[in-house]
Amino acid sequence: MEANGRATALPSTVSQTVGPYFHIGLSWMFSDRVADAGVEGRPIAIQGRLLDGDRQPVPDALIEVWQADANGKYAHPDDEQERRVTPGFRGYARVPTNDEGAFRFMTIKPGRVPAPGGGVQAPHIVVAIFMRGLLRHLTTRIYFADESTNNADPVLQRVPAARWGTLLARSLPGDADVFEWNIVLQGADETVFFDL
Amino acid sequence: MADRDVYHRNPLGTQPLYSHWPYNSTRKRAPTQPLIVQPHTLSETTGPTFAPELVTPRAADLTRQRSGEPLGERMILEGRVMDDGGRPLRRTLVEVWQANAAGRYLHDKDNHDAPLDPNFIGCGQTLTDDDGRYRFVTIRPGAYPWRNHYNAWRPSHIHFSLFGPAFLTRLVTQMYFPGDPLLSLDPIFNCVSDEHARDRLIAELDLSVSKPEWALGYRFDIVLRGRNGTPMENLAHGG
Repeated sequence: MEANGRATALPSTVSQTVGPYFHIGLSWMFSDRVADAGVEGRPIAIQGRLLDGDRQPVPDALIEVWQADANGKYAHPDDEQERRVTPGFRGYARVPTNDEGAFRFMTIKPGRVPAPGGGVQAPHIVVAIFMRGLLRHLTTRIYFADESTNNADPVLQRVPAARWGTLLARSLPGDADVFEWNIVLQGADETVFFDL
Repeated sequence: MADRDVYHRNPLGTQPLYSHWPYNSTRKRAPTQPLIVQPHTLSETTGPTFAPELVTPRAADLTRQRSGEPLGERMILEGRVMDDGGRPLRRTLVEVWQANAAGRYLHDKDNHDAPLDPNFIGCGQTLTDDDGRYRFVTIRPGAYPWRNHYNAWRPSHIHFSLFGPAFLTRLVTQMYFPGDPLLSLDPIFNCVSDEHARDRLIAELDLSVSKPEWALGYRFDIVLRGRNGTPMENLAHGG
């Protein structure tokens, strides 16, 4: 028996791959909009490609994102901050990659959310990635390259500085409201994935 | 470390590793760098919630989504979704998808030479009730070949997707059938070394779920990660 009583907990059900045919069961809720059009905040798009260990596009992946609204409030009862979530804001989107391994979703730039033990986290979006070949999904975070608060973010501080770049979305030269963020599964610029 | 994990972490060895050589597709897709352990923040202890209007009762009966009845062995599938303390997870979304009775998916990338069934889509969704229970009516899916290795066949299975209360309770899994001789040969089912953990992916034949003269019943309970620092209750349900 471990100190926290862990040994008495029921074991969690084992994860299994989403497989190649998840469109059948999961496409009914595909949506590339984290919030309704016109919701308060700065509308942005995030787009990128998902590449495998041979740098080939992954055409059969599913990406889910979850984030706070422009004020850093989550649409969830466990967010006890004393403000309301922006009307029309959900915070969740589910998009598949296409034949070129590309994905894109439209959202509102998230605000800063509280950090454990006080302080705030830099604006970020949490991401879950599912595909054939992943026996359990991967989780990562999207941060924004132009945010000065990144340096004090408690999760980014766990990441070696040399790998920060993999978590940073960057505005396109021609359009400051479109951000590029790619996911690389293996190799020198392998995306940082987190153990939750 | 000042912060304490809000949710229990799964003990080592109870969930699959990303790299699992017998399953070919992991080789170019599993990360090679170690994952970075991160604290549980509000971003991971919250997650999407779903309104009851999102799902219709029809979506839980996979045998009545087209004009006629699908071919195959009709079955009732019931279970409870709970946290690791045995507490029910209420109004959580359960999504399922599967092959038809002949082992064919309604998907343009599935070219297995087996017939599609015009009366079967193979997609269902429901929300759990106040006791964390869900119920689907469907047909038993067939086994089908895949190209992982020579003469590779997947055991019959139903795919499950669950959210639970938080981003970090998200789970995608597969449910299998008792006594399937393909189980011992399947690299996906055998991705964890703990035999008991694997066996919990196998539904139980349950005559109390069956409807006499109509359909066999199976039970498949699902446990999602629970919060730290809350007492363990109702462990009897875990059996």
